[in-house]
Amino acid sequence: MSDYRVLPGPEHFLPPAAASMGIRLPNPGEAHINGVIALEEKAYEEAARQFLMAKVPTIFPGPLVLWAWNEKAAKKATAIRHLFNTLKECVQPGQKPMLIPMPDYRPKYPKINPEVEINPNHPNLTIWHNKIDCCMFVGVHCHQANLSLKIIRGGTSCYTIAMCAQAGHEDAMLSFRDASVEKIMRLAETIKRLKGTVQPRSNYSKN
Amino acid sequence: MAETKSVIGTQNKKGQTFTDPWKLMHEAPRTPSFYTGSEVIKEAVRRASCDVMIAYPITPQSEAAALIGELFAEGYIGDYFRGESEFAVMSQCAGAAFGGARVFTTTAGPGTMRAMENFPMWSGARLPIQMIVTCRGINSPLSIQPDTLEIAYLLNTGMLVWHAETAQDFFDWILKGYMVSEEPDVHLPLALCCDGFFVTHTKDVVNLTPADMCLPPYDPYRSPVPCMDMECPPVRMMRDPFVMKSNYISYATHASWQQEIWAAVERSRKHSIHWLNGLIDTENTDAEIMIVASGTAVSQGREAIRLLEDEGVRCGLIKVKTLRPWPEEEIREATKNAKHIFVPEFNVTGWLAKEIKATIPNHERVHAGPHVCGGMTMPPEIIVSEIKTALGMKTFSLAGRGS
Repeated sequence: MSDYRVLPGPEHFLPPAAASMGIRLPNPGEAHINGVIALEEKAYEEAARQFLMAKVPTIFPGPLVLWAWNEKAAKKATAIRHLFNTLKECVQPGQKPMLIPMPDYRPKYPKINPEVEINPNHPNLTIWHNKIDCCMFVGVHCHQANLSLKIIRGGTSCYTIAMCAQAGHEDAMLSFRDASVEKIMRLAETIKRLKGTVQPRSNYSKN
Repeated sequence: MAETKSVIGTQNKKGQTFTDPWKLMHEAPRTPSFYTGSEVIKEAVRRASCDVMIAYPITPQSEAAALIGELFAEGYIGDYFRGESEFAVMSQCAGAAFGGARVFTTTAGPGTMRAMENFPMWSGARLPIQMIVTCRGINSPLSIQPDTLEIAYLLNTGMLVWHAETAQDFFDWILKGYMVSEEPDVHLPLALCCDGFFVTHTKDVVNLTPADMCLPPYDPYRSPVPCMDMECPPVRMMRDPFVMKSNYISYATHASWQQEIWAAVERSRKHSIHWLNGLIDTENTDAEIMIVASGTAVSQGREAIRLLEDEGVRCGLIKVKTLRPWPEEEIREATKNAKHIFVPEFNVTGWLAKEIKATIPNHERVHAGPHVCGGMTMPPEIIVSEIKTALGMKTFSLAGRGS
């Protein structure tokens, strides 16, 4: 097992891909936290805790859930909206949950508007601008999600969560796999259950 | 992600039953058949539910490419055509794969070299194309004979690179290869290599799965990058050039992109171990003398071990099945007892020996050889001779009859 741990950065000028450091993806029914395989149960708790601790907990929905291109995508989008609403209900004054889409993957030139979108080629700009200290990617194609997660780890201190519909992401600090409507709803339930038990961070982290 | 219903148990238009891949490869009855390697490629493709095969003639893969044309005529492949050159073929393969097709092609020697620009493009675009490479000489003066030098050029393209020893490997690995390379966390092209002529043009008994069973079709909606499907959003992801600007962000993104390709190669390790029953096969790893080889050099090494045993010399064997992912830990573990490691190769540079030297501690243990190339055969006696010479044992020259 690798000694490397996937932790909030800023890690390096060019951080390595976690897979190249020996971090392995979870098997079905598992998740990973900081690169260590964990029970999914524990991952729900930790993800909820990180969201509730964050000053600006943010969900980044990607193209796969932004369009109703099939029935499942539409249902997932509804579940994500529910998760966001739950988050808003459960945070304390001073915390600012956000929902910022990643509508496509093209580099945005000359300048992205970081208040309205995030882009996999320079996700750090949106993180920095909004002082986001915990985020979750959902509905982003895996390749693009990995680019984003690694760049965020390289240049920011943001805690990253991946709700992946496929095999998961080593480059996130916490990753679910085989994401479904049920899993998104379960995360929302966990956040609701932990409401009031987790204190938000007192200061903005240096992201 | 996609709303795809399982097709397992249903039939395709040829009446083949889409079968769970693990059951197809491990539980379905096998029929021994006496085939050339080229014929085996055809039989594997018959069962692979390929959408597109693109061909271009170059020895020694031409026969396999032509035989797959017969499969198209029989209705087993969605589309089949001849490209204008190997470069064109590989570009056309990319187009088909971008569109969501399961793609198959074959090439060899100078064809591989001519098409080389496409291979990092395939892996960068995360296209799980399968390419058979029937290795042959690549340099001038022209040679069509077996020589594995072209594999060295493929090792840093970001493709998965496997090296088959036998026609049986070929049959199984063509089918298993799609299962590994199409995993969403991998989704990379596979160069499935063999030693031309030695495998393609010789007959062997190969145990085939039933012809009325086939792999389930490729599901492009599990791809880690958007499929170019103009019917359903998300679309138009490919419109702008990726990162063509000159600034720090562009460079950092491109660097991250490259890292992601190699991360995907790493992720293939788990799946390759699962499907190939390990990245290497070993025999007698407690021996102080080890032969490490890939391709048909493994067969020659195995025979050399038998000859050495007759003389009371115990020797072990490591068959390297995957070159990418590279079985670093496995080789280190399997060679930990070895005092002498011999690496017979069918190429002049000894790329496999270099890889092994870079992998293990005390690499002075590695004897890079024997080497043959340009179509020469490798009699097991020359491996025996190399080993005996290194051990200070008396051996006879195999170069000729002497004066």
